Amino acid sequence: MAVTGVILFLFVVAHLLGNLKIFEGPAAFDAYAEGLRTVGAPFFGRGWLLWIARVVLIVAVLAHMWAAIETTRASWRARPVSYRRLEPVETTYAARTMRWGGVLIVVYVIYHLLDFTFGRVNPSFVPGDVYHNVVASLRVGPVAAAYIAAMVVLGLHLYHGTWSALQTLGLNRPPTGGWRRGVAAAIAVLIAGAYISIPVAVLAGMLR
Amino acid sequence: MRVTLHVWRQPGPELAGVFVRYDMTDVSPDMSFLEMLDVLNQQLLARQDDPIAFDHDCREGICGACGMVINGRPHGPRRATTTCQLHMRSFPDGAELWIEPWRARAFPVIKDLVVDRGAFDRIIQAGGFITARTGSAPEANSLLVPKADADLAMDAAACIGCGACVAACPNASAMLFVAAKVSHLGLLPQGQPERAARVVGMVAQMDAEGFGACSNHGECMAACPKEISIDFIARLNRDYLKAVVSHPSSVVRGDGGSNG
Amino acid sequence: MELRSRIPDGPLEAKWERHRSGIKLVNPANKLKHHILVVGSGLAGASAAASLAELGYRVSCFCFQDSPRRAHSIAAQGGINAAKNYQNDGDSVFRLFYDTIKGGDFRSREANVYRLAEISARIIDQCTAQGVPFAREYGGLLANRSFGGVQVSRTFYARGQTGQQLLLGAYQALSRQIGIGTVTMYPRSEMLDLVVIDGRARGIITRDLISGAVSAHAGDAVVLATGGYSNVYYLSTNAKGCNVTAIWRAHKRGAAFANPGFTQIHPTCIPQTGAHQSKLTLMSESLRNDGRIWVPKRQGETRPPHQIPEEDRDYYLERLYPSYGNLAPRDIASRRAKEVCDEGRGVGPGGHGVYLDLRDAIARLGRRVIAERYGNLFEMYQRITGEDPFQVPMRIYPAPHYTMGGLWVDYNLMTTVDGLYAIGEANFSDHGANRLGASALMQGLADGYFILPYTIGDYLAQAKPVTVDPEHPAFHQIRGEVAERVRRLLAASGRKTVDAFHRELGRVMWDKCGMSRNAAGLKEAMGRIGQLRDEFWRDVHVGGRGEELNQSLEHAGRVADFFEFAELMCQDALYREESCGCHFREEYQTPEGEAKRDDERFGYVAAWEFAGLGKEPVLHKEPLAFEAVHLAQRSYK
Repeated sequence: MAVTGVILFLFVVAHLLGNLKIFEGPAAFDAYAEGLRTVGAPFFGRGWLLWIARVVLIVAVLAHMWAAIETTRASWRARPVSYRRLEPVETTYAARTMRWGGVLIVVYVIYHLLDFTFGRVNPSFVPGDVYHNVVASLRVGPVAAAYIAAMVVLGLHLYHGTWSALQTLGLNRPPTGGWRRGVAAAIAVLIAGAYISIPVAVLAGMLR
Repeated sequence: MRVTLHVWRQPGPELAGVFVRYDMTDVSPDMSFLEMLDVLNQQLLARQDDPIAFDHDCREGICGACGMVINGRPHGPRRATTTCQLHMRSFPDGAELWIEPWRARAFPVIKDLVVDRGAFDRIIQAGGFITARTGSAPEANSLLVPKADADLAMDAAACIGCGACVAACPNASAMLFVAAKVSHLGLLPQGQPERAARVVGMVAQMDAEGFGACSNHGECMAACPKEISIDFIARLNRDYLKAVVSHPSSVVRGDGGSNG
Repeated sequence: MELRSRIPDGPLEAKWERHRSGIKLVNPANKLKHHILVVGSGLAGASAAASLAELGYRVSCFCFQDSPRRAHSIAAQGGINAAKNYQNDGDSVFRLFYDTIKGGDFRSREANVYRLAEISARIIDQCTAQGVPFAREYGGLLANRSFGGVQVSRTFYARGQTGQQLLLGAYQALSRQIGIGTVTMYPRSEMLDLVVIDGRARGIITRDLISGAVSAHAGDAVVLATGGYSNVYYLSTNAKGCNVTAIWRAHKRGAAFANPGFTQIHPTCIPQTGAHQSKLTLMSESLRNDGRIWVPKRQGETRPPHQIPEEDRDYYLERLYPSYGNLAPRDIASRRAKEVCDEGRGVGPGGHGVYLDLRDAIARLGRRVIAERYGNLFEMYQRITGEDPFQVPMRIYPAPHYTMGGLWVDYNLMTTVDGLYAIGEANFSDHGANRLGASALMQGLADGYFILPYTIGDYLAQAKPVTVDPEHPAFHQIRGEVAERVRRLLAASGRKTVDAFHRELGRVMWDKCGMSRNAAGLKEAMGRIGQLRDEFWRDVHVGGRGEELNQSLEHAGRVADFFEFAELMCQDALYREESCGCHFREEYQTPEGEAKRDDERFGYVAAWEFAGLGKEPVLHKEPLAFEAVHLAQRSYK
């Protein structure tokens, strides 16, 4: 769970750094998108590394989901008769919503791919014109709202995920041990906030 | 004061249980929770009913025998307090209390509020010790232990094995219990030789007992009457990863430290 | 019956070493053929079971709790003594020996106590090696604290949970053996009788507390490590399950019971709050280091404590014992508290309490220092009473805590029944008429780790392993008797609960055979106990069935035994016409109200032989010879 989570986390960060180039304007952003395909050249052919990354990602996603399902089933098995009520004390909203949050993120990723990668749900999709596709899609209110909502869910997921990974990988050595909660929260807010800045900028007319 | 109890009554392991309602009057706020149940049991006996079975012994919060879930909280609403040390003044007059046993597959109900926690013993048997044959010990002060390590080891060693961590965990995981023992022994120089075998053996037994997986909610720590920190779970994880990397064969064998 | 103490000859310092070297050894190959039954899994039982298994014996261990880790040793707070002299304050084996024998008011055996002091240092080594997290100094060395009744600092501790940590050490050693398969553990199993065949202990009868099954276990030797009997008083600091059943049953089968009247009442417990009270909670004696104990001068004082001016307070311990003051030994502090309460000057509900006031210490040292020293005790007090000790003085009252009496054992810890051993609090051996603080843990572990594992070999090496199988007629017969008793308890269709009977017995014992006793009261108590016992069998209502978890039935069996035992306890207290240690006979005191010992007439161990129910027990005397110490009147003035 933690290892695949870390891979996906790194992807989320890399993806964000790429996305933020949108603020440098259409040319830089499109060049970046194109650059993803040519990175590694001349050693790798066009798109090779991208595909390798995609395969790793797909495997990580599947493994992450498999681990989630396994632990969920183990938990259900571990308590065949449930309580009338179990009062939460210490746990966070983020921790309790990991499972549904994960499902929501998967659903959103599918929509997201259909929107920006395959262009199936984006009426003004222009292959290769990444900047245009993003702005055109996010200019639509409900699409932007869904994007923002998904990023909030992602933020919560990352908050508990980061904290959890630090815990599961045993990274609690002093003096940083005590900061784990704070670090996890800061990372989650930073990432979710940065992602959300894009639709906000589009809606505000800063990106057009 | 007056309280209304809904107590889980289950005549035996294989039999179905139900909540039974009992209305108690004349409860003194100075009574402990178990004394309140004692009074109820006396009343039940007087009217030829079966008294409520619950585990208890020392009644001073150290033996770890008692424990029940009261209104959704293992050991009740007070932090750092076992059921036997919980007093009725912690509840408002007229309170309605739902009382359930620990619920976990690894802790099957024996009767009413009594569960079988033998799984904990078996986990300890799978490695939760330091092999020190009687008579073979070196002079005690020949081993220096930094005070900070000794204190931290003591924090972990304070575990009373009551099982509230499992009861509170949304996944019925026993990680805090295992982490406490692994950390206690792993923090001391005496515990080093068996450190890898211990963690591997105990974790394997924990899994075999059917406890759930830890997903870091931290409920165990909140329910723990000795306030044992989940930092020890991180320590357990680190020890486990290290052991797996450095002694992969012990994982395959799953043979703990029971090397007679 | 003959009491053969088997104390080795030679100078005190050489006895144990010489004895140990002379003990016959069991051929290692034969050890596996010997099956030893250990009843109880506290400090003594767990350490013995683990050590015996390490030696190669086949061991079965029984406890009534759901796990061996829950034995009542776990509740010991203060610490464990050892003559390590780490503090360089002049401690020595002899000093520990002397303190213990003097603390016991010269009613214990020199040879046993000396051996205990000798072994004490190795216990610390052993426990440290097991990973017991003893308190440390900054340099990484072991720390010590001082404790009541002595002038050196020799107590090792693990916060306020020393008993817990030592027990977990022994439990882990035991668990290791269970894991390997050399010890078979029977949790939730209660020993209900002893099987003696041809004068030798051959096995026990147990009841499985879950299924109710009564079964027989045969072995080559039986070790009773079943703790003390303070619960005869109903209210005590013992765990609810503590009982006399195992040793009482053994007594009825031929084991002499020594000094049953020696019971210790601890001075600093939280007083009773009402009729619902189920047990009493001890607070560490260390509070007496900074607290001042007082009661109002006037009877029937109604003002709250902080409104009572200095001149209306009686700091009675400081008044009576100017040099020791609030640190007077346990027995004295307890008795004086009872006295002032009997005078009608007690405080709190029912007038059963005295103030333990830290006001002056708080003023002198500041709230922070006091919170550091006693914070967790204050919290516990507040949790139980709902009062904040920083605002209101604590109320304390004495409570039964430990029983020095127990089965009579020889130097090998064997009772008067061959092959039956008693260790830990269950025997009488080392504490005389009063136990010093931090000595119980020491004794339990000395017996279990370092004495019994050797001395049991002496018996086993000479007794050829006879395979007795649980199908032997004696087992059948006694199993039948046990089952019949269970049936009788369930069949009594009375109206009173077991608990009600137990409370009544407790009240009689507390009033007449508690902190101070007198002949008239003891005789009255014996009559009353007999009546109550008859009433119990006639009018008890147990409820439920025998073939299930039935906690009322468990309790009933234990209370039935307490009823029989209580009479012996009073008998012993009546017979001993002197005051010594915790045994205070009002008729025998100095003009200042101190215990007056009579070494001429009572310088012996009283070992009682069972003669049949309702018959007067037979007294056997083991004279106590003191060669190394000089008998002196204790003085704490």
